Amino acid sequence: MNFQAALFYFFAAILLGAGLRVIIARNPVHAALYLVLAFFSAASLWMLLEAEFLAIVLVLVYVGAVMVLFLFVVMMLDIDPDRLRQNVWRYLPVALPVALLIAVEMVLILGARYFAAAPAPAPLPAGYSNTKALGEVLYTQYVYAFEVAAVILLAAIVAAIALTMRRRKDSKYIDPARQVRVHKEDRLRVLKMKVSRYGEEMHDHDAPHGGADAASSSGER
Amino acid sequence: MISLPPLAYADLQPLLPELFLLAMAGIILLLDTALSPANRYVSYLLTLATLAGCTWLTLPHLGAAPATALYGMFIEDPLAAVSKLVLYIAVAATLTYARDYLKERNLYRGEFFVLALFALLGMMVMISAYHFLMLYLGLELMSLSLYALVALQRDSAAASEAAMKYFVLGAIASGMLLYGMSMIYGVTGTLYLGQMRSVLQMGAFPSLPLVFGLVFLVAGMAFKLGVVPFHMWVPDVYEGAPTAVTLFLGSAPKLAALVFVLRVLVWGLEPLFIDWQQMLIVLAILSMAIGNITAIAQTNLKRMLAYSTIAHMGFMLLGVLAADRVGYGAALFYAIAYLIMSLAAFGMILLLSRAGFESDRLEDFKGLNARSPWLAFLMLLTMFSMAGIPPTVGFYAKLAVLEAVVNQGYVWIAVAAVMFSLIGAFYYLRVVKLMYFDAPEQSSEISAGADVRLVLSVNGLALLLLGILPAPLMNLCLYALKASL
Repeated sequence: MNFQAALFYFFAAILLGAGLRVIIARNPVHAALYLVLAFFSAASLWMLLEAEFLAIVLVLVYVGAVMVLFLFVVMMLDIDPDRLRQNVWRYLPVALPVALLIAVEMVLILGARYFAAAPAPAPLPAGYSNTKALGEVLYTQYVYAFEVAAVILLAAIVAAIALTMRRRKDSKYIDPARQVRVHKEDRLRVLKMKVSRYGEEMHDHDAPHGGADAASSSGER
Repeated sequence: MISLPPLAYADLQPLLPELFLLAMAGIILLLDTALSPANRYVSYLLTLATLAGCTWLTLPHLGAAPATALYGMFIEDPLAAVSKLVLYIAVAATLTYARDYLKERNLYRGEFFVLALFALLGMMVMISAYHFLMLYLGLELMSLSLYALVALQRDSAAASEAAMKYFVLGAIASGMLLYGMSMIYGVTGTLYLGQMRSVLQMGAFPSLPLVFGLVFLVAGMAFKLGVVPFHMWVPDVYEGAPTAVTLFLGSAPKLAALVFVLRVLVWGLEPLFIDWQQMLIVLAILSMAIGNITAIAQTNLKRMLAYSTIAHMGFMLLGVLAADRVGYGAALFYAIAYLIMSLAAFGMILLLSRAGFESDRLEDFKGLNARSPWLAFLMLLTMFSMAGIPPTVGFYAKLAVLEAVVNQGYVWIAVAAVMFSLIGAFYYLRVVKLMYFDAPEQSSEISAGADVRLVLSVNGLALLLLGILPAPLMNLCLYALKASL
C-alpha cells in the first residue's frame, strides 16, 4: 500500500465516521458540525483524484456558505432532539433488518466480481489544470445542461419568493419613490392669520393648531 | 484535450421553441411585477400567446427526420414534436379552466403563470433529452416548479402538507434515479442514450450490475409516474393541492413522464427489455388492482380521481411492456387520451367551484342534471371515457393497449386488466348515477365564463369524437414512434 492509498483510507474512514455521526448525533449542532467534517474529508478525496477545483468549491460553497447558514438556522430553531427520537425505537425493529438486508444484497451484487477496481489512470502531467478542463467542457459540450441548471435556479428563486414573501400589515415600510415625489403643498399648510393687537391675541390662544400651523404662523409674524 | 466546434446558429434552431418559451417566461416575470392586480389578465394572455408561439415553432418539426443538436444532448424527432404540441394544448386548457378558481382564492398571481411555464419548459427538456443528465435536469425543473405550485396557497395547511410530502418523496425518487443512472454509467461508460443502446446491443456486459441499476431507474420512474407500490403520495397531493394545481399536475406531466420512460427504457436500454418488461408487469398489475379497488372507497372526487390516475398509469404501462413499436404507440395514444379525460374531469370540478366552495365531494355532483343538463352530459362523457365504455376515446385507448399486449402473448395480463377495469367502472358510474338520479343538494347558479364553458365543451366532445374517429390520432402516434425510432 503506497502513501496515496493510505491517505485515501484515512480520509475515507473519517468520512464514513463523520457521516454516521451526522445521523446519530444527539445535538443538531453537533450533527451539522460533523457534516462539515464529512465535506472536508470528501474534498480531500477529490484532491487525491486531482480534481482540485471541485475540492475547493466544495469547501468554499458548502462549508463556507451553506453549512454556516445551516448552523444559524439550527441554532435559531427550537429543536427538541428527544421528541424527534421517540419514533426511532418504535420503528427500529422493522427498519434495521430491512436496512441490513438491503445492504447485504447490495454487497452481494456489487462484490469484486463485477466492480473490480479499474487500473489506476496514469498520473496527469504537471502542467495539467483541472479547472481549465472543467471550464472547457462546461461551456462547450455541456453548455445545454449548464443553461438548464441556471433555469432551475431561476425557478427556485421565483418559487422561494412566491412562497415566503408576504407584506406585513403593521410594517413601517416607506416607499422611497413616493417619498421623493412629495410636494411642499402635500405636507405644509400656510395659514393666513389676521393681524391682531396684543390684547386680542390672548383670546385666540385656545384655537387648536398643529405643529405645521404653529410654525407657519410664527413665520408670518 | 477535446476540441469541439463552436456553436453556430444552426445548432440552436431545433431548440427554438424552448428558447422562445424561456424568453417569454422571463418577460412575463419582469412585466408582471409592474402590473396592478386589475391588469393581471395581461400575464394570462401573454402566457397563452407564448403557448401559441411555441406551437407555431414546433409544427415544422413534426415531419422532420430525427436530429440531434448541442453535441448530442438534445434530440428533436416526431415523438418530441407530437408530445410537445399536446402539452401546449393541455397547459393552455389548464390555465383557462383555472383562471376563475385562482382569482377567487387570491392565487391569480404572476408567479403561477411563470412557474407553470417553467414546469412546461422542464417537460420539454425531458421530452427532447438524449442524455441522462438532460433527462434528470428536465425532470428536476418540472418537479421543482410543481412543488412550488402545490404550496402556492400558503394559508392552507392541507396544501402545505401536500407540498411537503410531494417534495420529500420526489427528492427520494430523484435520488433513486440518479443512483440507477450512475450504475448504468458505470457499466456502459456513457450517458448518451444512443451510444448506450449501441454499446448494449454489442452485449458482452455482465447483466447483474446492469439490472441492479435498472431496478433503481424503474423505481425512480415509478415514483414519478405514481404507480403502485410507489403511489403513496398521489392521493394526498391530489386532494391537498388547490384544484387548479391538481389539474395541472394530473395532466401534462403524465405525458411527459411517459416520454421520459420511453426515452430511458426504449431509446437507451431497449436491449435489456427482458428485464424491465418483468418489472413493468408487476407495477402495472398492482397499480390497476390497488388503484381501482381503493377508488371505490373514496368520497372525495379529487381523491377518487387520484386513485383512478394510478389505475390509468398502470394501464398505460401495459403498452410500454409490450416492447414493440405498436405497443409504444398505443401507450402514447393512451397517455394523450388520459390527458384529455383528466382535463375534462378536473375542469368540471373547477367550473362548479366558487369562492369558499370547492365542489370536490361526490355529493356536490348530486342532481347536476337538474341544474345544468349540458354540463352533466359532459361529465357523463368523461366518466364513460375513464371507465372505457364505447364509443368514447377511453374505450379505444384501452383496446389498443390490450391488443398490443395480447400480440405479445400475454393473454393473462389482458384478462386481468379487463377484470380490473370492470371493477373500476363501478365508481365512475356512481358519479353518473349521482348526477342523473339523485336530488340536487346545491341550488345556486353555476357561474362560469363563456370561454370556459366553450373550452370544456370542446374538451368533452373531443372524447366522443376521438372515440368515434380514433384513426387520425392513432396514426399520428404510430407515425411518431416509427419515424423517431
